[in-house]
Amino acid sequence: MSITVLKAGTQTIVQDLGRPGFAHLGISVSGAADAFSFRIGNQLVDNDPNTAALEITLTGGAYEFGSNAVIVITGSTFDAAIDGQPIGNWKGYNIEKDQCLQINSSRDGARCYVCVQGGFDVTPLLASRSTHLMTGLGGFGGRTLRKGDMLELGHASESQCAKMNNVNEIQGQLNRNKIRVTKGLEGDWFNDDTWNSFLKNQFTVSQAFSRMGIRLEGNVIESSKGNEILTQGVPLGAVQVPGNGQPIISFVEHQTTGGYPRIANVISADLCKVGQLKPGDRFQFALVSMAEAEQLYAEQMKIIHNLKAS
Amino acid sequence: MTIPTDPTITPASDRTLLLHFGEDHSPEIQEAVFQLSHYLLNNSMEGILNIHPGYRSVMVTVDVEKKSIQAVQKNLQQVLKNARAMELPEPSVVDIPVLYGGQHGPDINKVAEHTGLSTEKVIALHSSGDFQVSFIGFTPGFPYISGMDEKLATPRLQNPRKRVPAGSIGIAGNQTGIYPSSTPGGWNLIGRTPLHIFDIQHPEKALLKMGDRITFKPITESEFERWQQT
Repeated sequence: MSITVLKAGTQTIVQDLGRPGFAHLGISVSGAADAFSFRIGNQLVDNDPNTAALEITLTGGAYEFGSNAVIVITGSTFDAAIDGQPIGNWKGYNIEKDQCLQINSSRDGARCYVCVQGGFDVTPLLASRSTHLMTGLGGFGGRTLRKGDMLELGHASESQCAKMNNVNEIQGQLNRNKIRVTKGLEGDWFNDDTWNSFLKNQFTVSQAFSRMGIRLEGNVIESSKGNEILTQGVPLGAVQVPGNGQPIISFVEHQTTGGYPRIANVISADLCKVGQLKPGDRFQFALVSMAEAEQLYAEQMKIIHNLKAS
Repeated sequence: MTIPTDPTITPASDRTLLLHFGEDHSPEIQEAVFQLSHYLLNNSMEGILNIHPGYRSVMVTVDVEKKSIQAVQKNLQQVLKNARAMELPEPSVVDIPVLYGGQHGPDINKVAEHTGLSTEKVIALHSSGDFQVSFIGFTPGFPYISGMDEKLATPRLQNPRKRVPAGSIGIAGNQTGIYPSSTPGGWNLIGRTPLHIFDIQHPEKALLKMGDRITFKPITESEFERWQQT
């Protein structure tokens, strides 16, 4: 029970929900960049929520299956096919031994997930199968998959795939025109004019986009209280403003501590959208309250739980 | 030991809380950060996923699927009381052997030039200081070390190196640090230790922990090689 990489994609890595509990040792959580799509994928093939899957970025590659398997692709829509037969997202497929799953370019956001019933059986590191690319840890050799790699699959439950009737609702969650934020710890370091500019103008995702951080280009955001704080914890999704005034969103492989002031923080419900941002994307930030942020995340989780029930 | 001031507790995001002990650079605040961090690390608390200590603060990540941020914030009040009463373990004293200068410390002359000290004096000051690990952060196993003589302060490199060998000892501003693994880096490299300070496979065996006291011991090239073989 294995798959072989026939052609490597831009950045295909093994991911699960990450490796919490080690931030005090400088190890950030990592995990799926779009955990929402990742969770739905596992739900659809009846895996445990934390089962390891492939995270594919920008282009997908080709994968030969050494045994029959049940798969689903979630997240952004890529041109995908099984032995030349196009397949869609959010729907389970049976793939047979020796068949090949081809995934070409994205027609949408940055990432999709290939969830296989039973998951990918790489050796866990610190209780997680997540790859931490920046430090070369975990997953499959701590790196992006290459041609010729062979990955073992876990034991499949052989249960039926769940059906999904709410694709529109799910895709709505991934719409990345607007990214909602709460006020950041150093939100007061930026005056009203700067805040107005921050919320009214669009930002463009630069080429410097990685799982560690996403650099944005747009109107310069200027702090009125300096460009440095004494080193302290960095939250996931922090919108950090370095001296050049071009914000950086700290992402799943972020450094655990840092020194840039943080104007805002992406809300939990919109981290999946950040995981779908790709270079050239333009979007706007929108400010919400903490209470709204909590409510929006609860609603997003409900979508996943309702899927379980159906 | 008592925590001198109650920290402010502020949501840093919809899933993190920052406990901030104030702006003073005092041993009491350092002690308070150690106490709270130790307490949280040794008494697992439902709803807390991660603990990020800093110089004067501790940030906690909340498992919002298990517990609300408000509930955790409330529990932290009790945690602070307990942490306040906690006796910290005696800090370990760790000797770090360092081969200063040469190929392992290519920026030592730059530090000497910037500080107006001789390289011998740079080594003498660096190896006679009493250092302490304030916390581990940034990248896996990276110790933030306080206590460097301010005479040694040197700004970061203009162009960071693409690769700094593991064990390199650097200076950036008035901080000194040890690279636990080979990574890109912008600190001035003044030497290198043959010790492996961090192994990701066994993080519990890390050589340096928060609160540890450190002394740097100059060694010769042949001693460095002998260390490497053991």
